[in-house]
Amino acid sequence: MPKTRTLAIEGWFQDAPTPALIGTQCTSCQSIFFPPERTFCRNPGCVNDQFNDRPLSTTGKLWSYTTNNYQPPAPYVSPKEDYEPFAVAAVELEEEKMIVLGQVPDQVSIEQLEAGMEMELVVDTLFEDDDNEYVVWKWRPA
Amino acid sequence: MATGEVAVLGVGMHPWGKWGRNFVEYGVKAARDALDDAGVDWKDVGFVAGGETIRNGYPGYVAGASIAAALGFNGAHVGSSYGACASGCQAISMARAQILAGVTDVALVVGADTTPKGFFAPTGGDRTDDPDWLRFRLLGATNPVYFGLYARRRMELYGDTVEDFANVKVKNSQCGAQNPNARYPKAFGIDDVLSSPMVSDPLRLLQICATSDGGAAMVLTSMDYARKHATNPVRLRGVSTVTPQYPNTNIEMPDFATDSAFAVPQPDVGYRDSIALRAYEQAGLGPEDMSMAEVYDLSSALELDWVEAIGVCEPGDAAKLLRAGDLSLGGRIPVNPSGGLGAFGEAIPAQAIAQVCELVWQIRGEAKGRQIENAKAGVTANMGLFGHGSSVVVTA
Repeated sequence: MPKTRTLAIEGWFQDAPTPALIGTQCTSCQSIFFPPERTFCRNPGCVNDQFNDRPLSTTGKLWSYTTNNYQPPAPYVSPKEDYEPFAVAAVELEEEKMIVLGQVPDQVSIEQLEAGMEMELVVDTLFEDDDNEYVVWKWRPA
Repeated sequence: MATGEVAVLGVGMHPWGKWGRNFVEYGVKAARDALDDAGVDWKDVGFVAGGETIRNGYPGYVAGASIAAALGFNGAHVGSSYGACASGCQAISMARAQILAGVTDVALVVGADTTPKGFFAPTGGDRTDDPDWLRFRLLGATNPVYFGLYARRRMELYGDTVEDFANVKVKNSQCGAQNPNARYPKAFGIDDVLSSPMVSDPLRLLQICATSDGGAAMVLTSMDYARKHATNPVRLRGVSTVTPQYPNTNIEMPDFATDSAFAVPQPDVGYRDSIALRAYEQAGLGPEDMSMAEVYDLSSALELDWVEAIGVCEPGDAAKLLRAGDLSLGGRIPVNPSGGLGAFGEAIPAQAIAQVCELVWQIRGEAKGRQIENAKAGVTANMGLFGHGSSVVVTA
């Protein structure tokens, strides 16, 4: 039986065919938040509590990057039995004026990364269990 | 306007290492040493401030009272604070406030911890509303991932090299080798550093601070009390525990993203830069008045970020100072003369207190083997998860 494709967290991103991070925007001061803020506006000059969802830019510039050469501790779950190092990217979104982290898909090695390069958002496997393929957003070279 | 000042009459530590005993033991040893150093009887302590660990069920068995109980309850007022790596600074801040408020003349500040081996990890359970839990689950973002991002950014933006980062460790390990309280009293060469295993590119194992057991304590008193008990007591001139100003556009542990500067422009002074600045303002001093600094070298590369953040030089120039020897013993402003976290490892509630202990030993001329000539004033910088700034200014 095929596994169910399941978002690793609800409400933070939307899956293919139009993958995107879901930010929120304050209806009063227009401040943008990711992870989505849906309770109180965190602009100290604003007391609003109403937000609209706002998909964030799906491309941005690579601000910095690094690797996880050792397996992170739980609650991280390795997608493979034998842990394989992977890269983590920090990507600067020009319009939103913010930096968002994400894993880099395991097909991309660190040698392929260079600060300032254009990156694009994808949704890819985080890990699997017997019934589900859990997916999450990742950044890969555009 | 300068704030009121208090004296650091005594300091003490339990050596840092992997001892595997209850944190209270380390705290009591450090406290007794600080009381001896100050020449103060425990019965005269009117306030006990404890920095908390969170790895023992109740936060550090509620640290202030646990350590007071172990010393023998004396009826003192008590406070316990948690601000992650800034917990010790919060305890210092509380103690200073009690003295300046006139509640007591004598306060004891203690931080101690027992840490598990390996990466710091969030507490267990499915806690999907906790960003510290989620960053491990969704990103696999350990603390060294953030250190690696900062380090790579310096290389791209300023042209820092992996050798520069390694040389920070080499510099600090020479001091650590002379410090009886350091966990790793060993001077490493650049080849040792560059041949250690890669953890989070470009940072290798010897460039990332370990987790440690350890304790640190200090006795703070009113200036009047201090002058009756000591000549030229070291003075605590500034304590900063500031939060960021929205929007904070630096990526901070354990966050997934920075704030957005879409609707509100970023503040003139960034978060890291604001931390020591607020302590300098209280002291009525500036970075040019400092003879030394103890900064938050969670990684060797991060030390260079902090050298800039405390105002020693412009952003991007710290590696030049390092190469010129300005940050070494005998240089313009020695940084991490204790050996830093690279030599100590993190004992979270103790580390901000330990930084101040080193400055006090330096000002008193008691830092044997690593003494800075004519040390008159120093600054510490540190930061706790979720927006806890930590900086202290002390002077002769």
